[in-house]
Amino acid sequence: MSNTNELMKALAMPAHNHPQVAAGDTVKVHVRIVEGDKERIQVFQGIVIRVRGGGNEANFTVRRIASHSIGVERTFLIHSPRIDKIEIVRRSKVRRAQLYYLRDVRGKAARLKERRG
Amino acid sequence: MKGMIGRKVGMTQVFDDKGNVVPVTVIEAGPCYVTQIRTAERDGYTAVQLGFGSVKPQRISKGELGHLQKKGLQALEVLREFRVKASDMANLSEGAEIKCDVFSKGDYVDVIGTSKGRGFAGGIKRHHFNRQPKSHGQSDRERAPGSVGMREFPGRTLKGKRMAGRMGNDRVTVQNLEVVVVDAEKNLLAIKGSVPGARGGVVIIRPAIKKTAR
Repeated sequence: MSNTNELMKALAMPAHNHPQVAAGDTVKVHVRIVEGDKERIQVFQGIVIRVRGGGNEANFTVRRIASHSIGVERTFLIHSPRIDKIEIVRRSKVRRAQLYYLRDVRGKAARLKERRG
Repeated sequence: MKGMIGRKVGMTQVFDDKGNVVPVTVIEAGPCYVTQIRTAERDGYTAVQLGFGSVKPQRISKGELGHLQKKGLQALEVLREFRVKASDMANLSEGAEIKCDVFSKGDYVDVIGTSKGRGFAGGIKRHHFNRQPKSHGQSDRERAPGSVGMREFPGRTLKGKRMAGRMGNDRVTVQNLEVVVVDAEKNLLAIKGSVPGARGGVVIIRPAIKKTAR
């Protein structure tokens, strides 16, 4: 039997050219939304709080504060053809891979320091 | 002739053309070789024997090795017979190679494998019995099977009563699975849904008996 991993990778999706996202990045995710026969693009902007690997299943979660300061999190599959574009607005210096603590803090405490260079 | 022997590689997910996520099982299917053709005149029925998987020649019996060498083939690990109509095997010859492009995207197939062995399993796991109460003065009866019979009549437990016992390691067929990806170059098939058995287990893929392609 050949290497299992290799065989799975052979099934990988066509390459996309999205930038590499990392926890702490502020991103704009352009999502294709199909309504009936019409297609439009919706932008979801927020902070990436985690990135998970796993080949075709790789995904990342974006958190944003919606109106009435309600936190909204959305998870995107990186390889999904429904993702039209990912823009990185800002990169922050973070000291952990999962920024779940942002769920418990608000306002000034939820700021992240920008990463330079 | 549509049919393949393969090996389960594992599960993953792919995207369809609408962008929906489809869960798939990847199967290393083939290349298979026609090792024998059974005809109505000689054998009383029509079938094709396929072989799959390369092994060292000393790993298989001399009888099997001779049978394969006679057809000009290398040692093969698995031999399985597929019942096929005479009209479907007219253009087949012994020794021919069959690749997974006999299937195409959208075909419905049945997949046969050997389920994972669970060892000696209780009634809850094996037959989906219900659990008994955890409280109300009970102890040690949570996963017990309960009554296995009636009273003085019939005075015995009926044959076939479902009880604890060996579970799994059985031949299991899953019907009507859709073929999602066919990669003849890498001998890979991706089939929607799950397939019996552990990774690395041998599976048989045949056209679905009950459902045909859209």
